[in-house]
Amino acid sequence: MNRIEDTFKRLKAENKKAFIPYIMAGDPDLEKTGEHVMVLEECGADIIELGVPFSDPLADGPTIQRAAERALKAGVTLKKIIPFVKRIRNHSRTPIVLMAYYNSVFKYGEAAFIKDAVDAGVDGAIIPDLPPEEAESFIKLSRAANISTVFLIAPTSTKERVEKIVTACSGFVYYVSITGITGSRLALDERFKKHISAVKKSADMPVAVGFGVSTPEDAAMIARLADGVIVGSAIVKKFYEHPAGAKEFIKKLREAI
Amino acid sequence: MPDKKGYFGQYGGRFVPETLIPALQELEAAYAGAKKDKSFQNELKHLQATYIGRPTPLYFAKRLTKHLGGAKIYLKREDLAHTGAHKINNALGQALLAKKMGKKRLIAETGAGQHGVATATGAALVGLECEIYMGSEDTKRQALNVFRMKLLGADVNEVNIGSRTLKDAINEALRDWTTNVRTTHYVMGTVFGPHPFPMMVRDFQSVIGKETKRQMFKTEGGLPDYLIACVGGGSNAMGLFNEFLDDDVKMIGVEAGGKGIGTGEHAARFAGGSLGVFQGCKSYLLQDEDGNVLGTHSVSAGLDYASIGPEHPYLKGIKRVYYTYATDTEALEAFELLSKIEGIIPALESAHAVAEVVKLAPKLSKNKIIVINLSGRGDKDVQHVARIKDITV
Ligand SMILES: Cc1ncc(COP(=O)(O)O)c(C=O)c1O
Repeated sequence: MNRIEDTFKRLKAENKKAFIPYIMAGDPDLEKTGEHVMVLEECGADIIELGVPFSDPLADGPTIQRAAERALKAGVTLKKIIPFVKRIRNHSRTPIVLMAYYNSVFKYGEAAFIKDAVDAGVDGAIIPDLPPEEAESFIKLSRAANISTVFLIAPTSTKERVEKIVTACSGFVYYVSITGITGSRLALDERFKKHISAVKKSADMPVAVGFGVSTPEDAAMIARLADGVIVGSAIVKKFYEHPAGAKEFIKKLREAI
Repeated sequence: MPDKKGYFGQYGGRFVPETLIPALQELEAAYAGAKKDKSFQNELKHLQATYIGRPTPLYFAKRLTKHLGGAKIYLKREDLAHTGAHKINNALGQALLAKKMGKKRLIAETGAGQHGVATATGAALVGLECEIYMGSEDTKRQALNVFRMKLLGADVNEVNIGSRTLKDAINEALRDWTTNVRTTHYVMGTVFGPHPFPMMVRDFQSVIGKETKRQMFKTEGGLPDYLIACVGGGSNAMGLFNEFLDDDVKMIGVEAGGKGIGTGEHAARFAGGSLGVFQGCKSYLLQDEDGNVLGTHSVSAGLDYASIGPEHPYLKGIKRVYYTYATDTEALEAFELLSKIEGIIPALESAHAVAEVVKLAPKLSKNKIIVINLSGRGDKDVQHVARIKDITV
């Protein structure tokens, strides 16, 4: 069992839901990211998603696009992020999931990436533009290294696809709340509620929901329907625009969940 | 080709977020249906003839031939297709398909603006809403086409992030599609992106090669010796080449050499790129050592792109097609040469193919035959060229 599975198990025993904040590694530099990770932990993050900046993040809205631009400008890439996680592991055991676009991993080399990531203490990977059909070797290598592969399920995913995706997942399933990109507005309609409950039935692992969760109210609503709540753009924006208020905002998110 | 997963050898595939996968599966099925559907094919043929103006002529460029003093040069006149470029062949096909699928809205990326104009035209023809994404660098150098799209009833979105060119327009179009996937069809403008686009766009463009072959047999009684086309994403090239792949015909694809490969300011993926995964497929890509996509440069917006349709590296790998590049300067010279000597102002994209022929034809004997795909007309580029030459119009 890895740290992600441990975390969900512990939360379940405590009858709690997971709070999974996302930040962009290197926005505006890795030193600040280190501080932000500490803030997230202090505020009660259960799992931390670390974004790997990419030049063309096509699943992301403007907030995360700009954060990636800042990180790239600071020269931060996967080659620097993996040792950075290793440094974090000196003082932290919170599970860390890297969210990277596939070309970053492809260029690094799948096998080298998994080996180095595991060595550094990374617990899982989310690659939004890598569907299970293209991930055969990645899944195999990850399973052998006990690193979680978290794939996305979308509101448009058919029943057959949901089944295929949940078998490709380990650790947890990432349910994308909306048809859209990160930072869009949440719309929780009946269709969403029906679909996610079907997904939860298919998956024999926790289901976390992300994309579009931007307020404590959103987070509270999602927490009633899912096992975990992922908040990205709203936190990235807070850290960038009102760093002084970030801690309070993140605490409120945690409390709402 | 391609295989079931959309691979041409090791190139291609389907690398997009899950939200779009069901739409691509739906598109794949709808396209397979349309291919077999007589009434769809008849409607497409009818519109190709009465609306696009096909077949486009195969013109013997007598004066250019004489000037270069070698092989006989023919021009496949895609510049005479409605809207002024080959792009309409694909856009019209996809517009009909989207209508058949019950979609309400078309979106597209555009670089030179030709594909945007073609998509806006297709949308107007079949009665769909239309929104076009274009980088702000490109709206500047192709201002005429921006106004054309608006006249045709499309909304034009300037993209102000990243390099502000074609790749950023594709990112934005994909983001729009992810958001509005249930009602919207994304009209990919070249043989690129996730499966089935590279295959489908090639098929819609293959009318170019089919006509060329027929016309060649009629005028010359046989096959040409060389086919030459510029390669942005690679659709006009695939459109010409596809029909001749099993024949004894040499083929050359011409990429944008920009200011020269050594300067780093170019879009010659085969000269400066490596294997990568970008905007939906695995292919050659101009990227840095971390896999981030490099900025590109070309005098022609339509070739100014960091990757290339996946069938091209496959054809290069099996040595079926040879790839080279022409620089900005060479393309501009060819642009002026063809204008003066034949009275045909080519698109700057197509001028890259002409530039290669300027080098090749004199080396060949007079009984050899070259066909250039003249993919578009140059009206859209006239202002841009004037600016480069410091002339106020
Ligand atoms: C006239 C013309 N030729 C060529 C191209 C390049 O595209 P492709 O390589 O797909 O033919 C464009 C693209 O905008 C174009 O407008």
